[in-house]
Amino acid sequence: MNERRVYMDYNATTPLHPEVKKTLIEAFEMYGNASSMHTAGREAAALVEDAREKVAAFIGADAEEIIFTGGGSESNNTVLNMIDCGSAACRCVSRDKRGLVTTAVEHPSVLNAAEHLERKGLPVAFVPVDGTGKIDMDAFRTALSGGTALVSIMMGNNEIGTIQDIRTLARLAREAGALVHTDAVQAVGKVPVNVRDLGIDFLSFSGHKLYGPKGVGVLYVRKGAPFCTFIHGGHQEHGRRAGTYNTTGIIGLGKAVEMAGHEMRDEVARLWGLRERLRRGIEELVPDIHVNGHPVDTLPGTLNVSFRGAEGEAILLYLDMAGIQVSTGSACASGSLEPSHVLLATGVGPELAHGSVRFSLGRESTGEDVDYVLDKLPGIIGKIRSMSTVYAGRR
Amino acid sequence: MTGNWLYTETVKDHFTNPRNILEDEESYREDGKGMVGNIKCGDQMMMAIKVKDGRIEDCKWKTYGCASAIASTSMLSEVVRGMKLEEAYHVTPADITKKLGGLPEHKIHCSVLGDKALRAAIDDYYKRTGQESRIEEEKAETVCQCMNVTDKDIERAVREGARTYLDLQNKTKIGTVCGQCKDATLKLLDEYLHLYGD
Repeated sequence: MNERRVYMDYNATTPLHPEVKKTLIEAFEMYGNASSMHTAGREAAALVEDAREKVAAFIGADAEEIIFTGGGSESNNTVLNMIDCGSAACRCVSRDKRGLVTTAVEHPSVLNAAEHLERKGLPVAFVPVDGTGKIDMDAFRTALSGGTALVSIMMGNNEIGTIQDIRTLARLAREAGALVHTDAVQAVGKVPVNVRDLGIDFLSFSGHKLYGPKGVGVLYVRKGAPFCTFIHGGHQEHGRRAGTYNTTGIIGLGKAVEMAGHEMRDEVARLWGLRERLRRGIEELVPDIHVNGHPVDTLPGTLNVSFRGAEGEAILLYLDMAGIQVSTGSACASGSLEPSHVLLATGVGPELAHGSVRFSLGRESTGEDVDYVLDKLPGIIGKIRSMSTVYAGRR
Repeated sequence: MTGNWLYTETVKDHFTNPRNILEDEESYREDGKGMVGNIKCGDQMMMAIKVKDGRIEDCKWKTYGCASAIASTSMLSEVVRGMKLEEAYHVTPADITKKLGGLPEHKIHCSVLGDKALRAAIDDYYKRTGQESRIEEEKAETVCQCMNVTDKDIERAVREGARTYLDLQNKTKIGTVCGQCKDATLKLLDEYLHLYGD
């Protein structure tokens, strides 16, 4: 293996923040069940509630509006599941209003849940995006109707980084009488997020995307918003989400948002600087590329580039051999047969979608990392293109 | 702790140092050339051969494809050198996969383009040399590349009682690897049910 290792896949997951790691190690001593009445239980419960307050403060919510879940996918599924409740006893959503409006570029945990609802006969609209990944506002307005129960739109795109104007979208949705959910898994911890300012009812995020542990997530539910339990069982989270509290995970997540609160502002500027340095370098050194996403409204550390004539899995594996770890929108790397649905939705076409690479930077990324990538990448692309059927004579 | 590489050492070797890339397409005087695949699906393969005394004297290729496609075609290009045309015509993806020490199951469909391109190149050679009669018409059309299931196999399965996609899968293993052929299979299933259904 190569001696130098450059991790540029922070959108997939992040390493633990050293402070979070310390906190977690201490938290492993805390074995009590946070639902127990005795001392061990009360100690654990106090730490869970402390974490809840930190999380609430971080996104501008009240502690009672925070539900801990098993991760972003669970949070998303919980919200989407509500519109299919259909129980007369449950006052979650009206039974004659069961429409969902979402977008073509959502994470699979929203997209596949939405398709599942559609197969069950619920009206679902997938709003298209423009070439930069921004929602087509006209199509969004058209999709909204009196039958729309829920609007679910991701805040920052995991693949191309495009940030949506959730505040405006939420206002339009509210005017149409719909509830508003945002999948903010990629946004929270990377850019400032305030639920009151956004005017939303539900928000999902995940611990491991912001230097916290895996297997723990958050669902914000606005006070007074209808809600319907997804995981039934014990009385945890006031009956809104059953299952023994993941004490360690929750405490670690609390520490992670606390650290993000200290570091995020500087990190936004620093990561955008590194990202732009990488983008300019690639544009300068590698011909015939396409930078995907929005030029400005983008998660600070995310850069998605398509290399014409080069297949993404091959790029990924050659980069990996050079110690550089990234991800790709190529079908060959995903285990599915289609290339990235996000890139196809932006209209780049299959060749560029198959040839896309996502570089996502984070708190341990440095200028030297960027330079190292810029040193290795041009040769790798050149090598792949030299054997490409679709790059003859274009070298 | 580096973790195992995704593929075998042989695959890695052929991926890192692919053999017989057609570097100068302009000046290469091939006797036959074939191109298969589609960029939409993420892989395309071109193969060019030189023939001498009924044997493949040289075999060069290019691809738009992933690591499996690159490695398997690199291997194929070595294997068929010096081989009689008739023999090269019948090299299968399974032969190549075996030589590579195996591929992950979901990657097998990425390795089937090489031998198709080779057959297309040999056919092209036969055409150029007035030996069209040697072109072997595929008797049956392969629907499922991964498990090598043909339209004839589907037809037989329906005649023997298969009525659903699941029945077909149980009988023929069709679509049990990558699933890419499901739509084509469902269409054929409809056709044959119309002919042989209850």
